[in-house]
Amino acid sequence: MTAARLVGQSIARREDPRLLAGRGRYVADITVPGMLHAAFVRSDIARGTILRLDVTEARSAPGVHAVYTAAELNPMVHETWWYMAGRDATYPPRFCLAEADVRFVGEPVAIVVAESRALAEDAAELVELDIEPLTALVDPDVARADTVNLVHPEIGTNCPQVMPAPDDPELDAIFARAAHTVTARFTQHRYAAVPMETRGIIAHWDRYGEQLVIWAGTQSAHEVRGFYARLLGLPENNIRVFSPDVGGGFGLKVMTMRDEWAVVMSSVRLGVPVKWIEDRRENLIASAHGRDDLMGLEAAFDADGVLLALRADHVENVGAYPYAGTASAGALVGMCLSGPYRVGRTGYGNTAVYTNTLGRAPYRGPFLMETVGPEQLMDVAARQLGLDPLELRRRSVITDTDLPYTLPSGLVYDSVTPAETLEQAAKVIDYEGFRREQSAARDAGRLTGIGISLCVEPSAISFGALGTEAAVLRMEPSGKVNLVLGSSDTGMSVATTTAQVVADQLGCAIEDITVTQGDTTLTPYGGGTQGSRSAVLYGNVAVLVAGKLRAKLLAIAAHALEVSPDDLEISSGSVSVKGDALAALPFSSIAELALVGHDLLPPGMEPGLEVSHRFKPLPITFCNACHMCTVEVDRESGLVKILRYVVSEDCGVMINPKIVEGQIFGGVLQGIGGVLYEHAAYDDAGNPLASTFVDYLVPTAAEAPVIECAHIASGAANPLGVKGVGEGGAVASPAAVFNAVADALAPLGVELRSTPLGPGQILAAIEAAGWS
Amino acid sequence: MADEMQVEMTVNGEVRSATVEPRRTLADFLREDCGLTGTHLGCEHGVCGACTVLLEGQAVRSCLVFAVQADGCGVRTIEGLSPSDGSLSGVQEAFRTEHALQCGFCTPGFVVAVTALLEANPDPDDEEIRDALSGNLCRCTGYQGILAAAGRAAGSRRGVQA
Repeated sequence: MTAARLVGQSIARREDPRLLAGRGRYVADITVPGMLHAAFVRSDIARGTILRLDVTEARSAPGVHAVYTAAELNPMVHETWWYMAGRDATYPPRFCLAEADVRFVGEPVAIVVAESRALAEDAAELVELDIEPLTALVDPDVARADTVNLVHPEIGTNCPQVMPAPDDPELDAIFARAAHTVTARFTQHRYAAVPMETRGIIAHWDRYGEQLVIWAGTQSAHEVRGFYARLLGLPENNIRVFSPDVGGGFGLKVMTMRDEWAVVMSSVRLGVPVKWIEDRRENLIASAHGRDDLMGLEAAFDADGVLLALRADHVENVGAYPYAGTASAGALVGMCLSGPYRVGRTGYGNTAVYTNTLGRAPYRGPFLMETVGPEQLMDVAARQLGLDPLELRRRSVITDTDLPYTLPSGLVYDSVTPAETLEQAAKVIDYEGFRREQSAARDAGRLTGIGISLCVEPSAISFGALGTEAAVLRMEPSGKVNLVLGSSDTGMSVATTTAQVVADQLGCAIEDITVTQGDTTLTPYGGGTQGSRSAVLYGNVAVLVAGKLRAKLLAIAAHALEVSPDDLEISSGSVSVKGDALAALPFSSIAELALVGHDLLPPGMEPGLEVSHRFKPLPITFCNACHMCTVEVDRESGLVKILRYVVSEDCGVMINPKIVEGQIFGGVLQGIGGVLYEHAAYDDAGNPLASTFVDYLVPTAAEAPVIECAHIASGAANPLGVKGVGEGGAVASPAAVFNAVADALAPLGVELRSTPLGPGQILAAIEAAGWS
Repeated sequence: MADEMQVEMTVNGEVRSATVEPRRTLADFLREDCGLTGTHLGCEHGVCGACTVLLEGQAVRSCLVFAVQADGCGVRTIEGLSPSDGSLSGVQEAFRTEHALQCGFCTPGFVVAVTALLEANPDPDDEEIRDALSGNLCRCTGYQGILAAAGRAAGSRRGVQA
């Protein structure tokens, strides 16, 4: 091995020089000869009947090549399902464009294809669309009870998924005899992924190559390829998908969406490349939203404040056209509800509800109600039981001696550290010290608070189509190395971290390694970058494939040097005999033997230096974290200021600590933004109220607190010892912020039950508590 | 379609001209007429700052400026900030060192904004840095690395000047 291991070091990213110099290449930057541009006509009514749709004038507008409606495109639709959710999931009806009626504001009704985006948008203005409004279903509690007004008449109900909590007399008995029971129903409002690069796609039906070529801003090129094969009824190997640089995804860019289908089908019809770059208004009202949950919770405690049982009734507003399936995270929420605590028994019921709003897609930790609900309830319980929230958690938190721990759902934690992260975060933030300061601040009339959020996160969920990843590792005749992965990086630094792993395992310089991804023809099938899976899946397959190549290099060198492979070592891209630095073969010489001088290889050895491996991890790799933050609420303005933000995280071995912390920082600010600033709100008629960055408030550098990270590294049952970390920051942060604000307002008798916590909501809550 | 107009400006030291519609933005002129795709469009309504360029030395949102308004002006884009030998500028190096970028989409706007800040105020304090960068949105980094990079770049400039 090389002397200095790269795994564990915060080396600078290999992606950066290009991106910093303006040489990133995103979909919008790509030009294909003969390319046309698309724009959409969308519904401005949440629910209604299409009375008239006239595209005649638009079709004859300058530069227009085509205007398509449902009449042309919908018959082209074969199947609309994703690997991720499977063929048999419950999906909304298979409309590409709205047919006889519209079901949310922003729904695509017609696509205009013209010589420039400006001309396409000009012509879209000429489309005549009359819609007769019908009663819009916006509130999920109303929609779930309505059996007359249906979002999708074809489905026959507004509830595509109902999983009632099973009858459980034992659970009922625990609640009946508990010393304390605590209940609350929380509303988590709707907010969204909002990557800085909007969605975008270029589709090219190549008549000469008889191949569909797609450039897509996606987290999963292979998901895109499979989807369009099924959508169009094409063989999957007649489609080639490239994911170039992608400007963030956070879940939004996993699934292909209806407007993108229309772009692809337009290219197939016209036989020319068609490009569409979503604008920000479309991104905010017509791509997909996240969150939007109601959760009723009940906890049972014994007389000492030990958590005995927990049950939840969870309602998910999935909008009109969720991606994928019903977009419910319910199954996972239910299995993970007990989180970081020893809980004897849990119960969970779930209903997913269609409404006439934008559909839901996964957003960074889509299952986060498993943390948001119980963690917010713990603080309600602490106030009700008259215990400090830290002390209450200490009485039930899973400790080292509980491991392996079997959850009520049957899942098993073999290596998590909830108690350690709880104590580490408390120490870093000086919990006791803050409580003393808070007491003085309260005496002075100031509203300060501290919030805790303790979380065990199911990372790298590896079921079904997302269950494995493969790598191909190839040494070129010069001795340089190319690692080929089925990933589609959207900022996760896969090209840096996997090269760190390969450099260590192979014993060569990182500069000698390139990483190829984002091309379905060159790369093996893979699930892409999502679900906190890159380090676990791509990191481990990189170490395993490099191990295979290393073994072959040693075998070839041993034969050439006439020694046993055990007598060899690798350092700096060269294989040498231990203790004899002069008896050495550089990688270039071994590669030459393998690819050119193959008659000199060991008898029976396959020539060449190309190896592949497919890795299947455990179905779930649990990571965990504790977030704590302190806030001050301004009683006059209702503004919340975060004073300190501390994260204690256990993601196992960190391949590159700075990259790990970057993931945590980004996730935390998305959670802070979600609770304090961002709101994808609708009015009662289903009109979106946040359609620009003036209404949808993404936090800026002015609002971002300093985020302090501390780490604990427990083991993980995979070769690298890593756990996923991409989503944890966004999963744990909302409850930390919520609990801190609730703690600050507690002296006023305010009991918060819903987010967002903008100034208006804070002032209203203070007023509702009887203060003016 | 309105009558097209001739525009000419100096972009990164080179004279560039084109015939454009009056409604063509400076951002589209740079991206499409000049092929300088490092200037990114994140919102096209002047909030996200991804399209920030230097117009006559001032940081502006190129999505809110028409190309015809920049006629006769000097423009510097992200492509013009790196030294000609292909290395990175001090600001760019600081971004790399501090892991101030992940997906890279907002990055050109931030690099231009920090460059403009340091040219106007070589010794900004933390509040001044936050204030100067509050017109640029990043969704990946939580701004931690970006703020550190801006501080580092300011520090190295001070070191060079001292």
